[in-house]
Amino acid sequence: MIEWFTMASWSPYLAGAGIGVLIWTVFVLSDHPLGCSTGFSSTAGMVEAGLSGGKTREMPYYRKFVPCIDWYWVLIIGIVLGAFISSVLSGTFVMVAVPPFFAAAVGPDAAFRFAVALIGGILVGLGARWAGGCTSGHGISGTLQLALSSWVAAVCFFIGGILVAGLLFGFRFP
Amino acid sequence: MSLATIRNNRTAQAALGLLTGIAFGFLLQKAGVTSYDVIIGQLRLTDFTVVKVMLSAVLIGMIGVYVLKSAGIAHIHCRSGSIGSTVIGGLIFGAGFALLGYCPGTAAGAVGTGALDALLGVVGIAIGAGIFARLYPILASTILNRGTFPAETVPELLGARPVVVVAGVAVMILGLFWVMQAFGL
Repeated sequence: MIEWFTMASWSPYLAGAGIGVLIWTVFVLSDHPLGCSTGFSSTAGMVEAGLSGGKTREMPYYRKFVPCIDWYWVLIIGIVLGAFISSVLSGTFVMVAVPPFFAAAVGPDAAFRFAVALIGGILVGLGARWAGGCTSGHGISGTLQLALSSWVAAVCFFIGGILVAGLLFGFRFP
Repeated sequence: MSLATIRNNRTAQAALGLLTGIAFGFLLQKAGVTSYDVIIGQLRLTDFTVVKVMLSAVLIGMIGVYVLKSAGIAHIHCRSGSIGSTVIGGLIFGAGFALLGYCPGTAAGAVGTGALDALLGVVGIAIGAGIFARLYPILASTILNRGTFPAETVPELLGARPVVVVAGVAVMILGLFWVMQAFGL
């Protein structure tokens, strides 16, 4: 039993099925889907409120999605912890600045990789809130509820991602 | 203690959010999708791990949630969408996905595995979410409601009973798994 926790990886089918079961518990115990971008919106709102004062909370978007430390915010902290525990148990935890594929395709310069990651992150955060969810909120939680917007969003995530990855690294047709 | 008590208790919900996150982060790492190389491999169509994880989660999650719904224990929470919001936002997300090599959940997970570039990614995601909140009033009055979708759910769109669509999607996902295995993807 213990070797399950120390294995470097599980079958993607099995790990995915585990995520499906986890989502049952969220629907039953919390009565909402599992999504990750809401917590980032809360962080942005709380940081902005801290810097510029009370007016932030009057912004129309933050009246709709009130920035606070709630289920969605602690979820993100939990994900960091869970992945940390898993990688330490499996002996794969390692501090890396530039992922191997990026280093081979673009170069090993950490500052450049950090700049690309920051710009990519800004587009991910903007796009996720624009579309009303991310790969977990739309891509998994929404599609499994058969939400039309989520199926469209998931297809658009991959169309945009495949096109831009192709432009960056070259299209590779099998 | 009833379900409503747990659902309305802020402390219980914060604890559940943390536990759910730990389990989710653990599973994402074990699935391999907290790795930049695996995600970029999916977007370059050389590694199908991400699609296998997502579709397995959808298959099991969908059947369970619809069973729980018919038992009256779970509710469906769908949001309506539109071309201006879902399609445009989705394409912006996709472009960022290819640059960053992580999505919001897997970026947080990658931070936990020691990926320092993911740390810049999570800062960027919060900045991007903040930019959207700033732009929201103008976007809401210009683009977001353009081309509203004709239905909230796929069963509604097709005029079919949810159970029929659940069965159809399940068959489709299993078919895709079979194709991926047959082609060695």
